Amino acid sequence: MKNQSVKSNVDWISILIYALLVCMGWMNIYSASLPLEQTSLLDLNEIYGKQLLFILLSIPLILIVLNLNAKIFEKFSSLFYIVGIVLLMGLFVFGSTIKGQTNWYKIGGFTFQPSEVVKISCSLLLAKFLSDTQVLINKQKFQYIGLSIIFVPVFFILMQPDAGSAMIFLSLIFVLNREGLPSWYLWTGFVAIVLFLSALFVKPVFIILFALIFLIVHFILNTKITRNPIIYGLLFIAISGFTYSVDFIWENILEPHQKDRINVLFNENVDMKNEGYNLNQSMITIGSGGMYGKGYLQGTQTKGNFVPEQHTDYIFTTVGEEWGFIGSAIVILLFVTLILRILHLAENQKTKFSRVYGYCTATIIFTHFFVNITMLIKLFPTIGVPLPFFSYGGSSLWSFTLLLFIFLKLDANKVNEW
Amino acid sequence: MRKLILPSIVIISSIIILIKLFYLQIIDDKLKIKADNNAIKIEYDFPERGYIYDRNGKLLVSNQPSYDIMVVPKEIKNLDTLQLCNLLNIDKEYFVTKVEKAKVYSPILPSVFMAQLTKLEFAAFQEKIRKFKGFYIQKRFLRNYHTKHGANIFGFITQVNDAIIKKNTYYKSGDLIGKQGVEQEYEDILRGVKGVKYYQKDRFNKIIGSYKNGKYDTIPKQGKDIYLSIDIDLQQYGEELMVNKRGSIVAIDPSTGEILALVTAPSFDPSLLIGKERSKNYTTLYNDVAQPLYDRALQGEYPPGSPFKIITGLIALQEEVIDEETGFLCRHGFSYGRGAFMKCHDSGISKLNNGIYNSCNTYFANVFKKSIDKYQNPSASIDIWAKHVKSFGLGDYLGYDLPIGRKGLIPTSKLYQKYYPNGGWRSNTIISNAIGQGEVALTPIQMANMMATVANQGHYYTPHIVKKIKEIKIDKKFTTKHQSSIDKTHFAPVIIGLNDVYNRGTASELKVEGLNICGKTGTIENFTKIDGKRVQLKDHSSFVAFAPMENPKIAIAVIVENGYWGNRWAGPISSLMIEKYLNKKITRTDLERNMLERGLQSEYDKLLNPDLYFFKKKEKTKEPEKEKEETPAEENNTTQKPIALLIQNRLFLQRKA
Repeated sequence: MKNQSVKSNVDWISILIYALLVCMGWMNIYSASLPLEQTSLLDLNEIYGKQLLFILLSIPLILIVLNLNAKIFEKFSSLFYIVGIVLLMGLFVFGSTIKGQTNWYKIGGFTFQPSEVVKISCSLLLAKFLSDTQVLINKQKFQYIGLSIIFVPVFFILMQPDAGSAMIFLSLIFVLNREGLPSWYLWTGFVAIVLFLSALFVKPVFIILFALIFLIVHFILNTKITRNPIIYGLLFIAISGFTYSVDFIWENILEPHQKDRINVLFNENVDMKNEGYNLNQSMITIGSGGMYGKGYLQGTQTKGNFVPEQHTDYIFTTVGEEWGFIGSAIVILLFVTLILRILHLAENQKTKFSRVYGYCTATIIFTHFFVNITMLIKLFPTIGVPLPFFSYGGSSLWSFTLLLFIFLKLDANKVNEW
Repeated sequence: MRKLILPSIVIISSIIILIKLFYLQIIDDKLKIKADNNAIKIEYDFPERGYIYDRNGKLLVSNQPSYDIMVVPKEIKNLDTLQLCNLLNIDKEYFVTKVEKAKVYSPILPSVFMAQLTKLEFAAFQEKIRKFKGFYIQKRFLRNYHTKHGANIFGFITQVNDAIIKKNTYYKSGDLIGKQGVEQEYEDILRGVKGVKYYQKDRFNKIIGSYKNGKYDTIPKQGKDIYLSIDIDLQQYGEELMVNKRGSIVAIDPSTGEILALVTAPSFDPSLLIGKERSKNYTTLYNDVAQPLYDRALQGEYPPGSPFKIITGLIALQEEVIDEETGFLCRHGFSYGRGAFMKCHDSGISKLNNGIYNSCNTYFANVFKKSIDKYQNPSASIDIWAKHVKSFGLGDYLGYDLPIGRKGLIPTSKLYQKYYPNGGWRSNTIISNAIGQGEVALTPIQMANMMATVANQGHYYTPHIVKKIKEIKIDKKFTTKHQSSIDKTHFAPVIIGLNDVYNRGTASELKVEGLNICGKTGTIENFTKIDGKRVQLKDHSSFVAFAPMENPKIAIAVIVENGYWGNRWAGPISSLMIEKYLNKKITRTDLERNMLERGLQSEYDKLLNPDLYFFKKKEKTKEPEKEKEETPAEENNTTQKPIALLIQNRLFLQRKA
């Protein structure tokens, strides 16, 4: 008879990494938001004080999640999803607009971003849907339903508009792929991105020429009898059309600030005082850290507030400056270990629901991690997403905590499944 | 397969992130510099430069405040250019070029916008400085001279140039640095160390506190005062005596090697090289045909002429080819080959004593010939001879504490092998060296050092210009005795001969009552090239001396270019200098007035008109006395006028190896 208590079955490695990340996050928020005069750590007028409160409040949250019946998440997933969508829609009526994005509810002194929790409810519903034995993902009908679960919130989030969060949801396609969604969905997306970016630099004619040659070679080498010239033709037309439309999209659809974000990534001659300022300062801050960093609370860039929003999306720059390459590498390794740990646990789940949900958890954390850090070091366009467990913000911290601990609860509960 | 897609993406992307971080944080240094520029503001606190005193504690050089307007290009905001230009009385073009130049240096570090404002200009600007963001005032110190003399000794201070900034990280744009003279040689001591304060800035360029609680801040270290070995009264007297003449006076205290006076003529007022006017005045001085910037005392290489006979005699005594009583018959000259004849004003039998006081060419030619013929091989002899000469500190940099100098030339077998690659040279070929003509060349300070060695009967201390520095001992090399290779016993008869120069010899009319002076006149043949033709100029007048004979306190060398003969100019000047230094007052006022008031300007002006003065009597100016090999330096130019030649040489000379 196995021990059925949560305490003995929960994955302590994940909890340990979680605790480490949250603590390091708070230390860096403290450094980034340190005022000139010393105040108490729990000063609620200060950012670090609030964050400490958020961290403390996440402890009861964790305890509640771990002590709930694990079945609740599966049972009520549809309800959670609907509530989430309603919250997203409610933004258009009650939400407050910050920097052109209507994605916050303001309740008292605190703000709450519904897209954060919708990530959880969406993951739950996706898990529930895919774990249904009647769902065969290789059937087109189910593929569409699965994609809809993802695309409904994406639609509302894009309306806010919040490209960063939308991107996180789109990454859930990886989960569908893991469960059997044909790979061409992924490939199509991948090819579209590559085409889009290359169309910005190369004349469309060359891309089309390249595509034509590639398709012809592929057709000749394709020895299957089923090879269909019509499909190749359609593919070519699609690529050509897309390539030409990029120019149109670039000129007519993308907002100037969105163009800037791509421009700063590839163009050396950007104005470092305006559109290039954030990225430039973030690179300087990270780069000035050197091997061992300037020492905790010693970052000159951090102290001088050169990086805007350093305690939220740019929190990793503090790590880079004060803790250097060693510190940065440790943080990155902790994230990678956590993500791989979750994936490993997910693969060993007894129920499909737990496995899919675990996959969702890993994917969401990874996408945040990847997009957040790569945008700081000029590997990815600037898209505002928080660094899980690190960035300042109650709704962000709590939703990542919930996301992770719901999975840990499911994982701890697997001894009860058979 | 599908299980592996996500984990592989996770691992690959984190590796890419780590590589990029490694590049940014460890390989790319630019970001660190940018971060410092961003966030750290540096403020300098310049200490006052050390004062310069003379050997008797008279203040020679102090400081006066000056104000620079500095600009930080990045901080310029909403500037009313017109108002600024009007206020500072500059045109727009000046503004634009200065700001552009500052940007090139650094957009975030201060550069000099306008240097060395007067108090009046400064006050007007200071009232409105708040209006001009990015501009501020930096107080510095300029020199304030309390004497009109000694410009060649002091040097001057100037703003550092880009090359220095690149080479020495201590200096930043607009900093002042000593150039030439004591200011350059003792730059580190006089300058002190500027204090640095680091401030943490925020992104609005506002100072939000000290950087790391002032951990790296330093307080300025005051520059140290320097006491020169120069006697400023003697220096001034020397410069006055040399008015309207070209040449040099160097006086050394033989017992210590301290330089008492270092006169080059013509000279100039050191105050000309202060502040805003410096550059303009410097150009004027630079282009002056008399070359006041050329320090003849240290850089002028002259054939030493007759004073060199002292060395010739001493070496012969040391090599034991003669003794005091060895005599030679002189019949108005010395014949050393077919048609080769060295003229002499003397006649009769010359021994060492009267050889010296009558300056008999024949005697010393014979003495030199004996020295060189001592060994079969003239190469061996000349090298032994050269070694003796060099032991007087001649033929090489003396090692004094001033940044310029020349080696002079003491010929060795190597040189003659170059001149006569097929051999065949012997004592007669190089006989002119006996009387300080020929190949030998010395600078005035070397001649003075030679005299100091004779005065000390065989040793000298490296001449130096700094007597003491507060809290710092002067360099040990200045207190180390250098022994010449001549035995002490040989000096006595020579010194008596030198004394007899005053008693009954070539300078008998220059005797100073109550002073036992030893000296030697010199009349130096010299040549220049004008339009490729070798032209003999009026002889230089030279004189070396030391006094008093019993206990030498001053050794002196004087050279007056184109001064006809030794005791016409250089002799009187030497004796006046000695009298001034030892007796503090001059008894022979007529002689003094004569020296102070008269000059040789008309002689120098001839150089400007060579066609008129030199080429008419072409036949007469043919080489008069000996087949002399031209030195390579003379050979390699063909068309330059003498002044241009001198300037060219000076540029070449100004570097000390």
